[in-house]
Amino acid sequence: MLAGREGTDDLVIRGARVLDPVEGVDATLDVRIDGGTIAQIGDAVDANGHRVVDAGGLVLVPAFVDPHVHLRTPGREDEETIASGTAAAAAGGYCAILAMPNTEPVVDDAEIVRALRERAALEAHVPVGFFAAITKDQAGAELTEMAALADAGAVGFTDDGRPVAAAGVMRRALQYNAVTGRTIAVHCEEPTLTVGGHAHAGVVAAELGIGGWPSLGESLMVARDVDLAAETRQPVHLMHLSAIESVEHLQRAQAAGVRASGEVTPHHLCLTEEAVRSLDPNVKMNPPLRTEHDRAALLEALRGGAIAAIATDHAPHSLDEKDVPFEAAPFGVTGLETAFAALYTTLVVPGVLRLETLLERMSAGPAAIFGLDRPRIATGAPANVTLLDLGAKWRVRSTDFKSRSTNSWLLGKRLHGRVRLTIAAGRTAFEA
Amino acid sequence: MTDLRVVGGELVPPSPERRHLLSISDLEREDVERLLATARSFALSQARETKKLPTLRGRLVVNLFYESSTRTSSSFELAAKRLSADTLTLKSAGSSVDKGESLRDTAQTLSAYAPDVIVIRHPEAGAGAFVSRLTDARVVNAGDGKHQHPTQALLDLFVMQEAIGRLEGLQVAIVGDVLHSRVARSLVQALRLVGAGAIFVGPPALLVPEVAPCSHDIDAIADADVVYVLRMQRERMLAGANFMPSLREYTARWGITPERLRPGQRVMHPGPMNRGVEIDARVADSAASLVVDQVGAGLVVRMAVLYDLLTAGPVPVEAAVEVA
Repeated sequence: MLAGREGTDDLVIRGARVLDPVEGVDATLDVRIDGGTIAQIGDAVDANGHRVVDAGGLVLVPAFVDPHVHLRTPGREDEETIASGTAAAAAGGYCAILAMPNTEPVVDDAEIVRALRERAALEAHVPVGFFAAITKDQAGAELTEMAALADAGAVGFTDDGRPVAAAGVMRRALQYNAVTGRTIAVHCEEPTLTVGGHAHAGVVAAELGIGGWPSLGESLMVARDVDLAAETRQPVHLMHLSAIESVEHLQRAQAAGVRASGEVTPHHLCLTEEAVRSLDPNVKMNPPLRTEHDRAALLEALRGGAIAAIATDHAPHSLDEKDVPFEAAPFGVTGLETAFAALYTTLVVPGVLRLETLLERMSAGPAAIFGLDRPRIATGAPANVTLLDLGAKWRVRSTDFKSRSTNSWLLGKRLHGRVRLTIAAGRTAFEA
Repeated sequence: MTDLRVVGGELVPPSPERRHLLSISDLEREDVERLLATARSFALSQARETKKLPTLRGRLVVNLFYESSTRTSSSFELAAKRLSADTLTLKSAGSSVDKGESLRDTAQTLSAYAPDVIVIRHPEAGAGAFVSRLTDARVVNAGDGKHQHPTQALLDLFVMQEAIGRLEGLQVAIVGDVLHSRVARSLVQALRLVGAGAIFVGPPALLVPEVAPCSHDIDAIADADVVYVLRMQRERMLAGANFMPSLREYTARWGITPERLRPGQRVMHPGPMNRGVEIDARVADSAASLVVDQVGAGLVVRMAVLYDLLTAGPVPVEAAVEVA
């Protein structure tokens, strides 16, 4: 279901701490990659004439999988392209990303999926899976030809950026999804509750006089969609969760055996509505940043596994669109190149989240939700590995991004932990 | 020399690093007291035959208005002129703003004239702060979205102090569409700063309990020294918006009539008034009404703000208001 460039590398990564929490590996080892496959793991592995990367003091982990990226292609190549977005992904340690279909035009036709996959085969630095829309033009009315889209290689279905507002349409989509074998991913937003909303409907928005986007605008749809998933016995994936009430609905559904999964973004794990006091358009996202209470609940659900995936919701915007007063700015921030370091700095370094948990939720967790091969460090596995320098400190600068856009909430911030090397599907995708 | 005096004690020098007036939350109590004292000195100067003062001669004040405004834009312009500053007023209709020029480009274009102050009104929160990052001029926020309108709050304090003789301990009931009101947000902060209290009264969906105590019962105005009536914006009352059923129902429940006021209560309104909607004409024209005082205060308070931003250090007001 993923599309990317051909080609594989041979190399030996020597002396890294090899850490794969799912495989149960945590030891200083050498790893030899032959033709893009992990051929040998051990002590003093023979280089076989391969290039040797001295990785003493570094940590080799399963590369990351991002289930929620906006590549803005087709239509807004000024903001991101398949080439620039996947270069950003590689720089962030990702070996696979899933692209959202809310492009211009919307990915709602098998021909568009095929064209995107062909393009990715030419220019993608890491393999890409393309979502197709649930409804034509994401208008929320008529289903797309989901079976044909799946046959053309669509990785899943979503109307991300918009909700499927009508419950009847969502129910039909879930019913029909039985023939595709894919997962439907939902953007949970009750539009009549969020109209005019620019920030969480809480103390900060009230004081600033900014239109409120209430938690109920999300959680009401979460409740609806997990109930529809239960009734149709289909899997549903809840994207970019932000509110404690949503987490509670998800956990209740999971306890009842519903195939419901969830994802959370780095910004919802690191920031709260207090950040909005700056009126910086780079803290304006949909759904909005909420309270400390919500952030704590998201973190707890991530730790416990109810939320199995971290997703960046990487949403590039041009400077012209974003460098305006807060209420005039579009929603969304970039995240591919900063996700690991932001979470490592904010959560792992202070001891709030275990490194092993973070690694699992950025890799095996999202891969499992969408039926992708789990990146793993094991003999015979395709090489999808990332080399991390946990001791490195760096400052986020707009001039250093591979992404075409710079709308990061981390501009100017100093972070711990840096990606040194990314091998994606056996190819060296990034090296610092 | 003139016989002008600062009423209410020593003038506190403005802090040199404060270069903008974007929000009441930028101010300390002493800043408010200094501004009100300065405004009072200017009020005395405006009672003289020659009203123009040389204080800001050679300075340039640019008024940039992206929303319609009568009293705010005219009072800023007149305030600058009374202080002998040059003024340039741009309104969105008829300027390149109309042609889709971005706020960034407009601010940078105007900065080429090296203005000393940019006064901006804009429909979006944070527009003043946005412009302040693009210019060397001092920026005065004359209303940004539903966020802040700090000079309105300062002039309201000035009027209350003049009419009632004190601010400490005053109770103010702010009545009407608080949700969409930058005036209410600024005024609540300003009242808190000087030790006064506020309550919001109006239809439930138009109140903001996160900001001040609220009541949907009009009888809650009974304890107030000042009933501050907000403009009921007709566009908020379009069918289907459902903040409340109708203007008629608003007037019946929350309109300020003589019968709803107790003796001694004063009434204020930031204007423009919808007579017969949020305020009964008999109230608007009564002795209890301070609406005309508010307009006069708008001039002297804005003179005080411009003076304060453009004079660093402890400049005695006597010198500042000396007639040329």
